[in-house]
Amino acid sequence: MAQFRLPKDSRVTSGQRHNDETGMQQPLVLEIYRWNPDDRDAPRVDQYTIDRATCGPMLLDALIKIKNEIDSTLTFRRSCREGICGSCAMNINGSNTLACTQALEELKPPVKIFPLPHMPVIKDLVPDLTHFFNQYASVEPWLKAPDTESDSERLQSPDEREALDGLYECILCACCSTSCPSYWWNPDQYLGPANLLQAYRWIADSRDQATRQRLNQLNDSFALYRCHTIMNCTNACPKGLNPGKAIGTIKSLIARGKS
Amino acid sequence: MSITRERPLSPHLQIYRPQLTSVLSVFHRLTGIFLSISCVGLSLWLISMALGEEAYAEFMKAVGGWGGWVFVTLLIFCVYYHLFNGIRHLFWDWGLGFSLRSVYASGWAVVALALGFSLLTVTLTF
Repeated sequence: MAQFRLPKDSRVTSGQRHNDETGMQQPLVLEIYRWNPDDRDAPRVDQYTIDRATCGPMLLDALIKIKNEIDSTLTFRRSCREGICGSCAMNINGSNTLACTQALEELKPPVKIFPLPHMPVIKDLVPDLTHFFNQYASVEPWLKAPDTESDSERLQSPDEREALDGLYECILCACCSTSCPSYWWNPDQYLGPANLLQAYRWIADSRDQATRQRLNQLNDSFALYRCHTIMNCTNACPKGLNPGKAIGTIKSLIARGKS
Repeated sequence: MSITRERPLSPHLQIYRPQLTSVLSVFHRLTGIFLSISCVGLSLWLISMALGEEAYAEFMKAVGGWGGWVFVTLLIFCVYYHLFNGIRHLFWDWGLGFSLRSVYASGWAVVALALGFSLLTVTLTF
């Protein structure tokens, strides 16, 4: 049975206000989830105010500004700052997206920032993705095909190559999986949208020859069929991909006896 | 003060913004549960009918009135909502209507159809 409430030690308490808007031209209030493994406090929400007049355009710029100028203990992942590494995925004003591609202008204040939902928190906005990546490994995300004769290329027609569009772009940021209520309630066994989209990426690959085996492995009431087509995943994807459609396609391939 | 301290679970339902996708899905579940439970009431109604005029009159007296009207109206809406959203699910099972645009269009269509048909049924019946 799904546990709808947070465990007692995970419940969020109110935190502190770090600064006010004195002397700011365009003040913007941000409320950010904080939790530190090195003290005994419960998770809390702290309030920071930044001046948008002296801040870059994206939410990641605001987080870096806070870390540089107000509170160096604020912890979050970031790397590429251009939506290709997937490190800065977090819950911003109630939906999951990448902080680096989220414009501050589009956010209604106060901006509320939480780690990706229903994940163990390492510190502040950093979730533990170990299980997520173990599940990724379980779909065996590599080309399975016997060696070609004489070491030649594996040819694909333009159409076969096109079948991978909308799949290969996935950066495994986990925005979709952690937006999915089904994944919240059954993270142990359900693979979740991101990893099912990744699984389909190899099923759809004309060069891969393990399609039947891959479909057989997915044909499981938990691994695949905990998907109830809620479609929060597609709503959340910061790359505009459609994990819901990929899962639907896997289901219909299995239903049509392709496994 | 230890690194073995248990990690908290990040907030989920508490903070995730409700959106058409998740709200309609929850309603599909809730209407399904409500319809299943209502089967008991439906069975009792049929049993009372089979037992004869007196039992039937007794049953109708028990469920009649304001509460019964609300229940039946709700039931009618649940039937239509679950039916139309079920058809939406059938299209998905067919591999159709997965684009975000279609998901929102079909979602609002289900809401409109369920409300419209409920209104029509209620006005024609009562």
